[in-house]
Amino acid sequence: MGEAPLLELRGVSKAYPGVLALDRVDFELRAGEVHVLFGENGAGKSTLISLVAGVQTPDTGEIRLAGAPVRFTSVHEARAAGVSAVFQEFSLVPQLTVAENIVLGDEPRRGIWLDVAAARRIARELLDRLGFALDPDAKVEGLSRAEQQMVEIAKAFRTEPRVLVLDEPTASLTEREARRLLGLVDQLRNQGVGILYITHRMGEIRRIGDRVTVLRDGRKIATVPASTSEDDLVRLMTGRTIEQIFPALPPRPDGDPVLEVEELRTRTGSVVGASFSLRAGEILGLAGLVGSGKSEAARAVFGVEPIASGRVRLDGLPVDTLAPAAMLARGVLYLPPDRREEGLAMVRPARENMTMAALDRPELGPGPWLGRFREARLAHELARRIELRPAAPERTIELFSGGNQQKVLLARSLARPVRVLMLDEPTVGVDMATRAAIYRLVVELAEKGTATLLVSSDLPEILHLCHRVLVFHRGRVQAELVGAEIGEEAVLQHFFEREAA
Amino acid sequence: MIETERAGIAGGAGPAERLRLLLVRLFVRLGVLPFLLIVAIIVFASLSENFLTVRNLTNVVRQAVYLLIVSLGQMLALLTGGFDLSVGTILALTSVVGASAMAAAHAAFPDFPWLSIALGAGAGLAAGTAIGVANGLGVALFGVSPFIMTLGMASVGFGIALYLTGGVPVYGMPVLFGEVFGFGDLLGVPIPILVAALLVLLMFVLVYRTRLGRAFYAVGGNLKAARLSGIDTRRVLFTTYVLCALLTSIGGLLLTARLDTGEANIGASMPLESIAACVIAGVSLRGGVGRVENVVLGALFIVLVQNGMNLARIESYLQTVVLGLLLILAVIADQLRLRAMASLRA
Repeated sequence: MGEAPLLELRGVSKAYPGVLALDRVDFELRAGEVHVLFGENGAGKSTLISLVAGVQTPDTGEIRLAGAPVRFTSVHEARAAGVSAVFQEFSLVPQLTVAENIVLGDEPRRGIWLDVAAARRIARELLDRLGFALDPDAKVEGLSRAEQQMVEIAKAFRTEPRVLVLDEPTASLTEREARRLLGLVDQLRNQGVGILYITHRMGEIRRIGDRVTVLRDGRKIATVPASTSEDDLVRLMTGRTIEQIFPALPPRPDGDPVLEVEELRTRTGSVVGASFSLRAGEILGLAGLVGSGKSEAARAVFGVEPIASGRVRLDGLPVDTLAPAAMLARGVLYLPPDRREEGLAMVRPARENMTMAALDRPELGPGPWLGRFREARLAHELARRIELRPAAPERTIELFSGGNQQKVLLARSLARPVRVLMLDEPTVGVDMATRAAIYRLVVELAEKGTATLLVSSDLPEILHLCHRVLVFHRGRVQAELVGAEIGEEAVLQHFFEREAA
Repeated sequence: MIETERAGIAGGAGPAERLRLLLVRLFVRLGVLPFLLIVAIIVFASLSENFLTVRNLTNVVRQAVYLLIVSLGQMLALLTGGFDLSVGTILALTSVVGASAMAAAHAAFPDFPWLSIALGAGAGLAAGTAIGVANGLGVALFGVSPFIMTLGMASVGFGIALYLTGGVPVYGMPVLFGEVFGFGDLLGVPIPILVAALLVLLMFVLVYRTRLGRAFYAVGGNLKAARLSGIDTRRVLFTTYVLCALLTSIGGLLLTARLDTGEANIGASMPLESIAACVIAGVSLRGGVGRVENVVLGALFIVLVQNGMNLARIESYLQTVVLGLLLILAVIADQLRLRAMASLRA
């Protein structure tokens, strides 16, 4: 390869207040390759693509496009030079139509007037070429997330990019849509477009990746062929082996189920007939794509997602009409996936966030009273058990790192007796050390007899932390895997299977 | 380059830089109120020599009682992430209904003034609290935004108050009412101040020492998180608006006693003043943040500024201008504080 790579980063660094997000990173993307960026949340992937796409500028180092140094100061500039990005955060205006969004910022004009017909024509042509079945006149707010993703992609294609950045583009797509998108990526590669692709999914790396660059803590660790084994990739990503991250699982307990769910249907149709049961001390994983109903099933059990029909029993007694407060009183706790959105009160101290779900407990004071010293003592004890850093429960939760925030959320399960613990994506956006601590805690609780439901999109978690795994697909339990049956191939196969039928 | 930048932040800063950092820290910790208070005292003390006298400052506290009590209620609404624009109306309705009932009872049983006072006060409190019940139902049960709900009820209540009185002040309450609750004192301390002190104490206990108090903060801090933590968010929101109205009603009764008449026009400036008192005191408009003791200071500050402007002979129309600017300044300061907090985090 004599000629210069299509896109090249040389010694690029970027610091935010208090963090060095990228530390002298070298990276190259060739024309006609799919180059996967791989790393944990916070490893620097997002920063790297934001520099490439012109959202931010590097502090040091340089970016070269086809050999020539470039310095983009806006997304618009990058796009004009042939670098288009599709971010996870959509840049769509919900109130406008698909066509209006696609031409937004560079609308075709006739004199001083907008040329609506031309806009529609441009949108139509783009959508047809990409094979997206979307109506150019549909309002974006009425589209599903997958359809919005398509609009976002179509928008990126408006300028005939030479470099295309895709940030987890399949995360919100159905299997069929994902397959079509991957086909499209293939096609673009063959046309010589260089594609920078962020994904966590091993299957996608295998399917379309050419090379993989692994980032960790803002540094480039290695660039390896996409055929590298999962174990090796995880080791590169985390600096540890899988055995060092996941504690040994106690044997799967036998005994009667604590929680039984029968033919559960939610009113929104997100779950359409799911049945499962859970024993004391068992860790049951719920896997599946985003929108497969795995999270909604847990939420319905807890009483936050309205149930249309079906039964939920706790120790054989029906609990499907109960609200969260009543479920908590019976020892069932659900911890949500999005800390900021529905997990933590960010402006309050860690202490209050830890005890938030225990305000009805007599340990905290008699009758309506809240004992300040009792609460402070409990908070200290919890901070010690979850290894809160810094160990300052009075500190506002916002000032802690993501990992410590997540630990505080988890501390709610220790603040009161919990028999059934439902964790929804408990390790999103946390570093490896915290992950390992969270996993230790989960296993420790299971050893003491807590029945655990682990809703997760993180495959290693599903593979290494669960006695039993249910794969959700379109609101149903597609497959149940026990013990040795739980393997990457087996699990992933059910993510997508039976779609064509 | 990055390394040197970091070193600059961490250690080798000059004394000026260190002072700036200290001020920023103080600002983040205490909010804008202490700084404003210092400025106000300096300015008004230099404008009028009567300002910094025991007599005048006692006067300020006495005048601040009504705003203070209303601000305590307003604080609850703000804590849960809402606000109450109907506090002025609640004040007016309490005054009109309370005075009318008291006057009627007094006319019927002229020999039992305490009975009339009790009946009138009960009627006034009930009328004012009814507005809060409506607010609570609208916000908690039907999910109407606090802005619309309390704005609507402000109009409803004000209309009723005017309709009941024809816009004319209500006279005929027992003289004892004004003598005791308007101008009376116990062991040298004015009764209104005693009532306010008692309410502040109760608020202290409520928000810091009870489960319900914690629930206000949790609901305002993150409604969804509170719900997932088993807190009955609807009940908490309902209680918020009822308590806010109850406190405001008590303030309304005291004000009626002070004025010796029931009037529909008192309290028009209360929504603005009470929100300003809270926000200046660091109560967040986004909910979940605020302390009782600071709100007490905030209310005192507002009245202090009004008093200072009176002494400095600033026209009352202009005083309204200053008040509005203060509210906006407080919100800007709140934003700056968030940014400063973010910069300290780094």
